[in-house]
Amino acid sequence: MSLALETLAQSTVPTGEVVTFWILAPIALACALGMVLARNAVHSALFLVVTMLCLGVFYMVQAGPFLGFVQIIVYTGAIMMLFLFVLMLVGRDSAEAVIEVLRGQRIAAVVLGGGLAALLGTGAVRALRATTATGLEAANADGNVQAIAQLLFTRYVFAFEVTSALLITAAVGAMVLAHVTRPKAERVGQTARMLARFAPGGSPAPKPGPGVFATSNSIATPALLPDGTPAERSISAVVPTRDLTPEEAAPKGTQGNQEGQQ
Amino acid sequence: MTQADGLADFGHDPWWLILAKVLAVFVFLLLMTIFAIWYERRVVGRMQVRPGPNRNGPFGLLQSLADGLKLIFKEEIIPRTADRVVYFLAPVISGVCAFTAFAVIPFGPTVSIFGHRSPLQLADLPVAVLVVLACSSIGVYGIVLAGWASGSTYPLLGALRSSAQMISYEVAMGLSIVAVFMTAGTMSTSEIVAAQADAQRLVLFGQEITIPGWYAVLLIPSFLIYFISAVGETNRAPFDLPEAESELVGGFHTEYSSMKFMMFYLAEYINMITISGLCVTLFLGGWHAPWPLTLWSGANSGWLPLVWFTAKLLLLLFVFVWLRGTLPRLRYDQFMRLGWKVLLPVNLAWIVMLAGIKVIQRESLDGSVRTTIIAGVAVVLLLVVTLWPAAKEPEPMLGMPDPAGRIGGADGFPLPPLDLQVPPSPRAMPTPVPATAADTGSDGAEDSTGEEA
Repeated sequence: MSLALETLAQSTVPTGEVVTFWILAPIALACALGMVLARNAVHSALFLVVTMLCLGVFYMVQAGPFLGFVQIIVYTGAIMMLFLFVLMLVGRDSAEAVIEVLRGQRIAAVVLGGGLAALLGTGAVRALRATTATGLEAANADGNVQAIAQLLFTRYVFAFEVTSALLITAAVGAMVLAHVTRPKAERVGQTARMLARFAPGGSPAPKPGPGVFATSNSIATPALLPDGTPAERSISAVVPTRDLTPEEAAPKGTQGNQEGQQ
Repeated sequence: MTQADGLADFGHDPWWLILAKVLAVFVFLLLMTIFAIWYERRVVGRMQVRPGPNRNGPFGLLQSLADGLKLIFKEEIIPRTADRVVYFLAPVISGVCAFTAFAVIPFGPTVSIFGHRSPLQLADLPVAVLVVLACSSIGVYGIVLAGWASGSTYPLLGALRSSAQMISYEVAMGLSIVAVFMTAGTMSTSEIVAAQADAQRLVLFGQEITIPGWYAVLLIPSFLIYFISAVGETNRAPFDLPEAESELVGGFHTEYSSMKFMMFYLAEYINMITISGLCVTLFLGGWHAPWPLTLWSGANSGWLPLVWFTAKLLLLLFVFVWLRGTLPRLRYDQFMRLGWKVLLPVNLAWIVMLAGIKVIQRESLDGSVRTTIIAGVAVVLLLVVTLWPAAKEPEPMLGMPDPAGRIGGADGFPLPPLDLQVPPSPRAMPTPVPATAADTGSDGAEDSTGEEA
């Protein structure tokens, strides 16, 4: 660690990098706070997107253009988009509940969060203590992309493959749990459906909708058949049947029946 | 930022030159958009045997300008249920991302501008192609947020469709570019153009043949997949499901009006231009002149390549319009199946094959090893073809209609023909006319006995 710090102290940071840092770092921090504090789930996700974009720019400025753009494409573009996809389906007005369900939940969360950060921090410091920084020039000697590719496919190829296998397992597992397979026998094809429609008991034409040729346009009012009797199957089984009030049952003012209005 | 050797020309411009280039790209995109709208309407009009816009200016060229001005001065309507901040942000995100992506497209070679040697390209990076992908993936946010912030059903459905579509097709598009990276050995746009400059020599079955350097020829599968997914990525017909007028009114921008609507419209056309520009850069040799023109040595120097680039761009835009004029819109599930079950596996197989070819072509490889690899691949392919499970026979249908064409006897309805063959009309058959029908011949001229009355 001390060696790395010395190397850092010796090198001068370009002005452009400093300016970028002091503009984007406050934005990234503010958006990180906004993500935690925002009541609306979509706003929260958007704050996180801005923080991720800022991180991507930081990577680019620190001579890691590939990592920066991959951060933007993969995390911001794909993963956060999927989050947003789900959040939008939840409904736009569903705000976070403010009531504390478990007693002391917040304090516990703060303590545990701080503990995790400290654990990760000390772990990183201890692991990097003896590491000597080679510097960007040496790391990017053959080009940034080539250097990453070489490390990824030689030294870290096992870790890389294991991680991808883990992710694929997770994806397949989610598919297996969520996907409902219908047995082949249960599937009804277009031809079978049509045959059933034309068989005795079926109806080749579309069924009458509720309120059609009836005195009301309510979905609870059955359609009238040509002989004047109500067609019960025009009403959905879900809709509760109820008696209409005399006003509702009275003929409405249509073109041929104006006296119903008065 | 450290730069590779091939990008030595970049990063030395004075500030006024950078500003001038930014302005030039901006103006180019605006003019191209105005032109592309007119071009599309004229070409579609021609395909539908009608003139298209022809009143404002020569050949109706000023029509899109007039439309744009009218749009600016229209009343702005914001729905009461809209999330105001996000509603305002969405078109801005769309527009900014669309403009940014074009910064890395090379227009031409290095030229002299007021005494400065500078390439005709705003910026280049070792990972320039990823900039375009990043911009398009951030651009999706504009569409999704527009749909969500409108607080209305149709825009939300359009936005959901759009995000699913763009994410799916971005995967196919990104993979189709991988083959270009593998062949060119770089991700920088100017270097990819340079790699396509010369004709390539290929040793095939012991014979040396010369093929053009364009990757559209060398990597045909990648080119086709790129173009199909580009149409999906830009939400153009036949993949314009997010704004399917007959199903979703206007899709994500149903609730937008005036300037904000114009921003989406602009972004859609600029995206189309950017995607076409990237296609020209990656597959069609960039700003290099096409074959017969290369015989003239001055074709690839100076400012002239700007013309070749724009001509190729317009040609690709024509294909976009052609597709719109020809193909009906796909159903959503068919569209997703095409993306995930056809384009993606084909792409992966092609990349693996290309990597194999590159390994075999390596000169350090021993002759016997090369023969063994080729034979092994051939045996595996043969095994896969022979052992591939055959398609199942369709099961015989139950309850088929009787010879009279009815199902369920006399109680059933006459069944329409299943094979869509129109059966011979019973009236056309020479049957004796019943005596009762002749008596009531007055009630229908269509009746076979009508002429007697």
